[in-house]
Amino acid sequence: MGVAKVRRVLPGFGLSMGVTISYLSLIVLIPLTAVFFKSATLGWTEFWHVATAPRVMASYRLSFGASLIAAAINVVFGLMLAWSLVRYNFPGRRIVDALVDLPFALPTAVAGIALTALYAPNGWLGGFLEPLGIKVAFTPLGVLVALIFIGVPFIVRTVQPVLEDLDIEFEEAAASLGASRLQTIRKVVLPALAPALLTGFALAFARAVGEYGSVIFIAGNMPMVSEITPLIIITKLEQYDYAGATAVAAVMLVVSFILLLIINALQAWSARSSERTR
Amino acid sequence: MAVVAHATPFARAARFEASPAAADSRLVKWLIIGISLTFFTCFLLLPLVAVFVEAFKKGWEAYLRAIVEPDTMSAVRLTLLAAAIAVPLNVIFGIAASWAIAKHDFRGKQFLITLIDLPFSVSPVVAGLIYVLVFGAQGWFGPYLLDHNIRIIFAVPGIVLATIFVTVPFVARELIPLMQAQGRDEEEAALVLGASGWTTFARVTLPNIKWGLLYGVILCNARAMGEFGAVSVVSGHIRGQTNTMPLHVEILYNEYQFAAAFAVASLLALLALVTLVLKTVVEWRAGIQAQEPEAP
Repeated sequence: MGVAKVRRVLPGFGLSMGVTISYLSLIVLIPLTAVFFKSATLGWTEFWHVATAPRVMASYRLSFGASLIAAAINVVFGLMLAWSLVRYNFPGRRIVDALVDLPFALPTAVAGIALTALYAPNGWLGGFLEPLGIKVAFTPLGVLVALIFIGVPFIVRTVQPVLEDLDIEFEEAAASLGASRLQTIRKVVLPALAPALLTGFALAFARAVGEYGSVIFIAGNMPMVSEITPLIIITKLEQYDYAGATAVAAVMLVVSFILLLIINALQAWSARSSERTR
Repeated sequence: MAVVAHATPFARAARFEASPAAADSRLVKWLIIGISLTFFTCFLLLPLVAVFVEAFKKGWEAYLRAIVEPDTMSAVRLTLLAAAIAVPLNVIFGIAASWAIAKHDFRGKQFLITLIDLPFSVSPVVAGLIYVLVFGAQGWFGPYLLDHNIRIIFAVPGIVLATIFVTVPFVARELIPLMQAQGRDEEEAALVLGASGWTTFARVTLPNIKWGLLYGVILCNARAMGEFGAVSVVSGHIRGQTNTMPLHVEILYNEYQFAAAFAVASLLALLALVTLVLKTVVEWRAGIQAQEPEAP
């Protein structure tokens, strides 16, 4: 009697795994290690000097700050949008639902010049804001607008399915036990949505930090004021400062890895909690 | 983002509005809808409309002239070429990865899934940079490539590589959850009945995943044709040679040829609209397919 060893029933494991690992290594993993090898040639002091230069620090503050604010704004309005799409009937809902994914489908350069045209002082929306003393295009506020655009679908598309699956009985039970509508929303609905909202927030934030195409047109790109970190990398590359560009890229890459791990943990939590409320 | 996730029919809203406990007052309802739609209009709808309005500002003739211009046409060809190489390669990768992950058990599966997602969280600019570090003049293979007169960076191969990098996860991440949800029973049955591995895949697995696969291909293609940051780093911006459509938009825009820039941009916006329509159709078809087993 042989020990019950798990046997692979379906064929093709070797082939499919081989293709997966080789492709991933050649296209993604090995080239990514180049960033760390190149940074290492700088030496620690020089690396630190480049990665924390005042102009680079200013770009971190802008990139991370604007990404945080944009993701937070998207949590509020994205939740309202998802709520409207799931809970209410209104004319044009299907079109709105389909267009929520526009930032995934529209090339970022196109989004960039469109937002600039819209929020420039002579644009449709910029023309309204200019008399109020609000300048959007070519200021840090422009960076924020572009990052909000990029982040919308991340929040809506993570919250929407959870909201759809959220059983109505929870709210009915809360109401029958005497909770006001506001209490029900705060104590029953929002806690159930919290993991999805946080996941959406993290996804939008991670995307916004690295975003380039939609930002550079509207930002004005003034050093120390409206220059994002990816643009610093491009500028250094154009000056043939490969080591400097790589040092800044290494910082961004480390941040991306950390964000990816956080997002994975959040998604696992989100999946567990939506199992529970189903 | 998975196809299965939000294929839920719209009939749900009626159920929520019918329940006195879960229904919001009319005032609250229209307030929330009003705020949502204002947000939607300012950040999504108006930018889309602006592309087309700006494109036609100088009339039809100027629009057509900007499109048939040789540099534009060469940018269109390069964009199509990059997508034509990147999409099929990522389809093969996506199918292989999802077959390995969903149909087999092994250690470190979750870690592998995370690695596949990696290109999504890397900034496009960094994605371009890594290929410069590997294939550029000062890069790992720089001297070798120079000796053999092979150009990768600031040439078409670099653009294709950068496009492949940013689109790696699209097909795989649609197929993995879908194939995991479908399980292995049908494939095992086919094998027991004597089908070969390839026949099982072609006759059993492929029909089951076709909508998810199509969905991944549509999104992958949209990103491949629209990628800007990564391609911008490796392109070198040589007009008529290494300019893709998004890069051509940037060049025209920076030369203050706004109408022409928006004309080329409108083609990309049209591509985005076609992508969204196809995506909605596939979601609808996949939704019907997913609901069939639930019928009594």
